Amino acid sequence: MINRFRTSFLAAPYAIWVLICTILPLFYILGYAINTSDGSFTLSNLLAIADPIHLKSLGLSIQVAFITTVICLIMAYPVALILHNLKITNKGFIVFLFILPMWMNFMLRILAWQNILSNNGILNGILSALGLPTIHILYTKVAVILGMVYDFLPYMILPIYNSLSKINDEVIEAASDLGSSWLNTFIKITIPLSKDGILSGIIMVFVPALSSFVVSNLLGGGKVLLIGNVIEQEFTLARNWNLGSGLSIILMLFVLASMSIMNKVDDTENGGMLL
Amino acid sequence: MKKKLITFISMTCLTLTSCFSFTACGNDAESADTLVVLNYGKYIEADVLKRFQQETGITVKYEEYESVEDMYAKYKAGSINYDVVCTSDYMVETLRKEGELIPIDYNSLTNYKNIDPTIIEASESFDPNHKYTVPYFYGTVGILYNTEKVDEETVSSWNCLWDPAYKNQIVMINSQRDAFMVPLKMLGYDINTSNTKELDEAFDMLCDEKKYVYAYLMDETYECMVSEDAAMAVCYSGEAAMGMEYNDKLAYTVPKEGGNLWIDSWFVPRTCKHYDAAMKWIDFMCEEEAATENFEYVWYATPNLTVAANEDAETLADETVFPTKETLSRCDLYSAYDDKTLDYTTTLWKKLKAY
Amino acid sequence: MTKIKKGTSYAYLGLIFLFLYAPILVLIVLSFNNSMSRTVWGGFTLQWYFNLPSNDTIMDALWTTLRITLSSSILATILGTSAAIGINRMKKRHAAIMLGATNIPLLNADIVTGISLMLLFTRFTSLGEFSVVLAHIAFSVPYVIFNVLPRLQSMSDACLEAAMDLGATPWYAFYKVTWPEIFPGVLSGFLMAFTMSLDDFTITYFTKGAGVNTLSTMLYTELRKGIQPELYALSTLLFLLAFLMLIATNFKSINKKEVAR
Repeated sequence: MINRFRTSFLAAPYAIWVLICTILPLFYILGYAINTSDGSFTLSNLLAIADPIHLKSLGLSIQVAFITTVICLIMAYPVALILHNLKITNKGFIVFLFILPMWMNFMLRILAWQNILSNNGILNGILSALGLPTIHILYTKVAVILGMVYDFLPYMILPIYNSLSKINDEVIEAASDLGSSWLNTFIKITIPLSKDGILSGIIMVFVPALSSFVVSNLLGGGKVLLIGNVIEQEFTLARNWNLGSGLSIILMLFVLASMSIMNKVDDTENGGMLL
Repeated sequence: MKKKLITFISMTCLTLTSCFSFTACGNDAESADTLVVLNYGKYIEADVLKRFQQETGITVKYEEYESVEDMYAKYKAGSINYDVVCTSDYMVETLRKEGELIPIDYNSLTNYKNIDPTIIEASESFDPNHKYTVPYFYGTVGILYNTEKVDEETVSSWNCLWDPAYKNQIVMINSQRDAFMVPLKMLGYDINTSNTKELDEAFDMLCDEKKYVYAYLMDETYECMVSEDAAMAVCYSGEAAMGMEYNDKLAYTVPKEGGNLWIDSWFVPRTCKHYDAAMKWIDFMCEEEAATENFEYVWYATPNLTVAANEDAETLADETVFPTKETLSRCDLYSAYDDKTLDYTTTLWKKLKAY
Repeated sequence: MTKIKKGTSYAYLGLIFLFLYAPILVLIVLSFNNSMSRTVWGGFTLQWYFNLPSNDTIMDALWTTLRITLSSSILATILGTSAAIGINRMKKRHAAIMLGATNIPLLNADIVTGISLMLLFTRFTSLGEFSVVLAHIAFSVPYVIFNVLPRLQSMSDACLEAAMDLGATPWYAFYKVTWPEIFPGVLSGFLMAFTMSLDDFTITYFTKGAGVNTLSTMLYTELRKGIQPELYALSTLLFLLAFLMLIATNFKSINKKEVAR
């Protein structure tokens, strides 16, 4: 019990850090959000989210982020499961395999996707060599989603893999010894026990996907306007920091709301319902 | 035990505070012989930069930016005290109107006589009486096209960008001012109009165009044309010249309705701490050898008349690089929008993108 | 039956890795491309690799990047790990507040984080290389915390208490009991912090001082004139270096497994 009190002080430097480098800058943004450019109080920058353009791009962002998260989850869970079953002794190895691609600059990798997906690109080259019809995919919403799945997939695989590796294998063996089918064990035991990993994976994919703008800039060809792009443009092109700040505050509140919903789900006994 | 924990905490704190103090003493850059330069990305030959430092003994802190808007955001935040900046016409005007510019001492520039008087005259539109700027490069906005897919006749008018035959083959320029310039020119309006009715008309045309557009691009335009992913692209002349270098099938033209002439110039902002060094820098940029090296690297039209002597006839006759008098007569410069028009066009632009 | 299952598993893994590594293959190929354009194949060349060491701008950017990335990720790991240990011992409500604050950098659009930090730094200090380090710590600490905390939470206190009951000092007990348990989390947190820092553009762009250039801020300005192929060569080398390190560190464990079979 004494120990409990003492080690919590280890968070003290971080608490100070958070105050200075996270909370304080936030107040700067809030300051811009509730003021007009000439310094008088206003709520119009916050209410601007109701503007049809902004609503539309927010809707599109939610749609893209949702699809990205679902695809990532569907792709990542089997990967995590297979990797877990491989029983590799060095867990760092696995983590590294998925982080390794990021050692090539992000923008270079997205540019490489342009090479792959463009009209005369590698993918279409392969398709036409096989006698298949070519596809127009670059600079569409599909390309943006593909880019995001590519970018965020490791953030889904790693937490799920981590949570799987914490499951005591004897529990699963016990279940099958007692006659439970593989599928039944999977649904009743594996998924609920990896619930934490799934949830943090969802958060780590959904949240950045919601506010991302670089992928849509490079793979959307300026035709896919996400809320992140709107915010970025308000800060740069439109030189309207006040509106940009207002919209980011709204976006942040939105993300916080969706996260607290997810945490509610986390608190219920049946964590498997997310799948 | 407690001691060890405390040591651990204080060590963490120490590391952090030492970081902060390191920052404080790490920025002693304000000595007399440094110069903070801000320029577009890839807009100078590295050797010129090196030679300037060797010859003058001034240490240059060279900063680059990707778009005018990025530069404005960074400048306005006052995060760095820039000594000398290069940017485009209408941004110079915006900053001038905000009182951010310091007059240039033209008498101290020994090489200023090398600059083409016609370009200086053209600069008057954003720098009346020519007090604040020295031109660096200039160029036009036009159409880069693939001669195998499009014939010259088609691209002689901006109309070709609305041709259904080229659906998904058209690259539109991803810049608000330049994109609006196209329909405004077609409709015969002033490209600097603040008339909302005229802007709305232009906006409707752009919305109509969107269904044919393959992508709105800026920097990647030439790669897209080189790989023949698209048939035509609205882009800057320098971008076009670069694309034509890699693919012989490409050609560039400024349609008959006319286009935009832009001029990038050097100016000294209010934040300048090293005025004399800034003058030396600008003077160096006007010098024959430096200008020639820069031209051969950047490949935009140079206002420096001495460069012509070092270039072969073929380069000088290249109408993509050096627009003809006739082309220039069809082109207009942008002037800065007032706040209301800026807001209005930005909203239209956003609407177009969300459309 | 199990063979088929194993086969499909491997095929699936293969596809996923192909997806993740396809762009890297493209970039490696481009590093041997004898053309300044990334869409034209101009024949095979090694010149970009030979040119690399003499390209001052790229080498400068590389060293700056490494300095920033290494120092920010090490500091973020120390800060984040101690924070995670502390948070784990906090009352639930306090911990929730801390974690909420930790989430903020992840929730914000990069540009908002970048500009707000820039405003902060210009107010209290000046922009330079170290402001970038501070900014990088700010956005990478959460990754460390979220990697370490789950490991701590899944640990039972019993072991630690037993160790101390048997006379171990808390520090010794931490070292022998807690540390081995959380080490994989610390390591992956460090790696994530390192990678995020290596990859970041937006925040670096707004918080860097004059003349400071990292590989990514350099790359963005490169777009205007086409990317110098030396950068593909450098990326390939960096990638191969990391890859070889990975193989080397795992060679032993793989070997052991083979013997055991």
